Amino acid sequence: MSTETLVAPASRSEDGADAFVTFTVADQLFGVPVTRVQDILIPEEIAPVPGGPPEVRGLINLRGRIVTVIDMRKHLSLPKAEAGSGGMCVTVECRGESYTLFVDSVGDVITLSRSLREGNPATLDAVWRNMADAVYRTDRGLLVALHIDRLLAIGTEA
Amino acid sequence: MDDLLQEFLAETTESLAVLDVELVRFERETSDVTILSNIFRLMHTIKGTCGFLGLPRLGAVAHAGENILGKFRDGELDVTPRAVTLILKAIDRIRTLLAEMESTGAEPAGSDAELIAEIDALAGGEAPVHEPDAAPVEDHAPSFGDGGFPVAAELLAEVAEAIIQQSDIPSPAAKPEPVPAAPAAVPAPESASPAPQSETKEPATTASSIRVNVDVIENLMTLISELVLTRNQLMQTQRVQKDNEFKVPLQRLSHITSDLQDGVTRMRMQPIGNAWNKLPRIVRDLAVATGKKIELSMQGAETELDRQVLEMIKDPLTHMVRNSADHGIEDGARRLAAGKPETGTIALNAYHESGHIFIRIADDGRGLDVERIRQKAIANGLATEAAIAGMNEQQILQFIFRPGFSTAEKVTSVSGRGVGMDVVRTNIERIGGTIELNSVAGRGTTFLIKIPLTLAIVSALIVEAAGQRFAIPQLNVVELVGVSNHSEVRIETINTSPVLRLRDRLLPLVSLRGALGLEASGTGHDRFVVVAQMGAHTFGIIVDRVFDTEEIVVKPVAPILRGTRFYVGNTILGDGSVIMILDPSGLSGAAGQIESADAESSQDRRASSDGLGGDQASFLLFRTGGGELKAIPLELVSRIESLEAATIENVGGRHVVQYRNHLVPLVPFDPAHHWKDDGRQDTLVFSDNGRSMGLVVDEVVDIVRDRMAIELSSARPGLLGSAIIAGKAVDVVDIGHFLTQAFTDWFEVVAQHKSLRHALLVDDSPFFRNLVTPLLASDNWKVATATDGVEALKLREDGRQFDVIISDIEMPNMDGLALAGAIRNDPRWGEVPLIALSSHAGDDDIQAGHEAGFDEYVAKSDQMHLPENLARALRQVAARGQNRAELRRAS
Repeated sequence: MSTETLVAPASRSEDGADAFVTFTVADQLFGVPVTRVQDILIPEEIAPVPGGPPEVRGLINLRGRIVTVIDMRKHLSLPKAEAGSGGMCVTVECRGESYTLFVDSVGDVITLSRSLREGNPATLDAVWRNMADAVYRTDRGLLVALHIDRLLAIGTEA
Repeated sequence: MDDLLQEFLAETTESLAVLDVELVRFERETSDVTILSNIFRLMHTIKGTCGFLGLPRLGAVAHAGENILGKFRDGELDVTPRAVTLILKAIDRIRTLLAEMESTGAEPAGSDAELIAEIDALAGGEAPVHEPDAAPVEDHAPSFGDGGFPVAAELLAEVAEAIIQQSDIPSPAAKPEPVPAAPAAVPAPESASPAPQSETKEPATTASSIRVNVDVIENLMTLISELVLTRNQLMQTQRVQKDNEFKVPLQRLSHITSDLQDGVTRMRMQPIGNAWNKLPRIVRDLAVATGKKIELSMQGAETELDRQVLEMIKDPLTHMVRNSADHGIEDGARRLAAGKPETGTIALNAYHESGHIFIRIADDGRGLDVERIRQKAIANGLATEAAIAGMNEQQILQFIFRPGFSTAEKVTSVSGRGVGMDVVRTNIERIGGTIELNSVAGRGTTFLIKIPLTLAIVSALIVEAAGQRFAIPQLNVVELVGVSNHSEVRIETINTSPVLRLRDRLLPLVSLRGALGLEASGTGHDRFVVVAQMGAHTFGIIVDRVFDTEEIVVKPVAPILRGTRFYVGNTILGDGSVIMILDPSGLSGAAGQIESADAESSQDRRASSDGLGGDQASFLLFRTGGGELKAIPLELVSRIESLEAATIENVGGRHVVQYRNHLVPLVPFDPAHHWKDDGRQDTLVFSDNGRSMGLVVDEVVDIVRDRMAIELSSARPGLLGSAIIAGKAVDVVDIGHFLTQAFTDWFEVVAQHKSLRHALLVDDSPFFRNLVTPLLASDNWKVATATDGVEALKLREDGRQFDVIISDIEMPNMDGLALAGAIRNDPRWGEVPLIALSSHAGDDDIQAGHEAGFDEYVAKSDQMHLPENLARALRQVAARGQNRAELRRAS
């Protein structure tokens, strides 16, 4: 099963700035801390998990390990992607387990100065507010930095 | 903590477990000197090691215990329950101290003066000479004073080391101590030398065993599992690629991986005796506390099973034995009044059978009180009076497995701690096991636990629903039924619930599509029902397709998915795809109505396992060579494979297929078989003695359960005859014919170097006569047959002599039991070994068989292992005959 690594995780960022792996979901720019990213891949075959949580798109075989695929559109309550449009996966580590975030496309690794960081807008949707750590102003628009642990606390709340 | 201390703790804990067992044995067999020296030696070792390590408190307790043991040995003190209790108390104290040391790393402060005084009082008070420090101990352990003081110990250690250096042989025998106490000094070199203690400990055993942390093995097991998966992936790729230079090294890799997997699996195996260690002590204490006389007999303690499984059954076993001792066995007076021996027996028996471990726990106590269970069940709201009125005894007994049920009339110190049989059942079912119960009022209760050998790698059936594949653990699968709207077997609905009428029983069904919320299928499809069993529940899972079985490594699902009750895990298949492993119990919950079917199904199962269903057997029906239906006993078939025609290779004019790195020869039923080039080829796989062959057939039709009613005719080689099975006329296949076609020496492997001997086979079933006779013949037996006891005895009148007589039990005119009696009561055949071969193989049957005079008892129902079991029985009676002959010679 080919799970080709496209981007090697970058090294730690210098002080005063955070490095993010960026990706887009329904045209919105998101970022996750580069230090938490293990792998970026184009999934070939995702085995669905019927009866599982709706956010779970399925499971993939990542070099002999089974990794849970999180459908970010579903998770962020965004409209379904058009049929046939592909996607990419950003594999992150959370509490000793690997998860991979299924997104529309993965962008560059960018380093953003802390000065660009802003708190979550008060009007942000409750679901988003829970998952977002902060918002950064970038030249390509606003980037929502995701909080991985809160993002992946599926099924553990309540 | 000090490594040395840790090692000591581990070793002493083991010694204590042995001590418990040995002491209880000793209490019964007070004259057995070997047991006593063994006990003495163990206690002495503990005391000695305490001395080296400077543990005065522990040493003092051990010393006091050893003191009494010494007096036992020298006959100065009678072995009384009180004395044994005191020693057990001392052992308990040592255990408590050890536990504290384990957590703190140092010997806890405090005094055991009271206990020691009590022990010494006994030692002194009842001994002829009133001296607390009695001679025997001093005699054998001159170096250890009262507390086993370190100074003396160090001196001894130095001496020991000097001896070792001189002789280069770390033999304790070199010590100037008398034999029984000698091993006690063994730890000496260890404490004196700076080398790792595991190297120098107990020179006799180090060479063959080492202590390994469990985590290391577990980790290794995980890695092997990964390796197996990777190997499977490689093999899959290789299969597609045809020949290339990787083929040979890959095959080698594959072999090594398999061996490695075997090796590590074996490494995880532990004898079940490890879980039993504590039982003699528990039973003994219980017996003393309740004033009963109880004997615990344990057989098959060496039976090995997976560590993980062992852990899971430890507590249930203890609980059940406790229950038996506390509630099952009556007190002596009541037993005598009931005409039973005063001493009650709890018998534990463990054995391997067809990839499972069976553990039988039987007591000869009062049996379960059905009336009380009935009342309790009603009182606890588990069932209504009306519902119970319609139940038979067996069904009522099953209530003890329900949550919230406890029959203890009063909560005693030993049981009734809130752990009920429901927990026992849950624990056993969690590891894919089952538990059955049989109880006869006044005669006792028997539990039979069946558990898989290992949990790490399981065999699973791959099925498909809505285009997606799932794995179902083979352990849970009872049978497969093909259904379509046109066939006789079809899915019906009762008020929207799907059911299947299977052999006059309604089987509740769960649609996999429905349960998992997949798109519903159109009607009219041909589908399959996987009949699954979870403990006492039997239900069917409707799937679209059924693929092969595969060996899979169960991996736990990610935490995110743990809330999903349908899966026990997930795995990666040989082709690299990820697949979910279904949890049948989760699916059965989805059916909702399973509970009501519970009682019915368990009753049904019981009926068949008790043999009440008569001489029934499951048959596999298939079509081949011209379309007439053929049948073969299902138990003889190891697997049914649907091979890809492309994987069948032709080697030197013979067709073979690669299966798990072995070449499996394929034999077509029809010599004129047309080998397909593509598509699938149904094949029945037969295995024995590590070899397999495939019988190529056109189409597997069904599996049916029916009585055997064969009308013999051997018109054609390969056929035993014809029979009516499930209302259809079928040809019964003689698989022996095809086995010898695949391997000319199939039966001969067992038959080497044996001279021709004479056997008499008594069985009214022509089927069995025809099945067993060739088996025996191939083992170099000359076989005579008789259809019943009367006919057999006629042969005796004719003056025939046999080396062994194998007889069925259920026969017309004169049954096997009567025959055995007649044989044993006449000198002509009086000494001939007798083997019972019966489809009734319950405990009682076996008991009755032995009482009638049978030496061995072989179950017919386990046809797959019949050759093996029969061969074993023959070996056993042969060995016994030899012993008898030797005894005669000796006397």
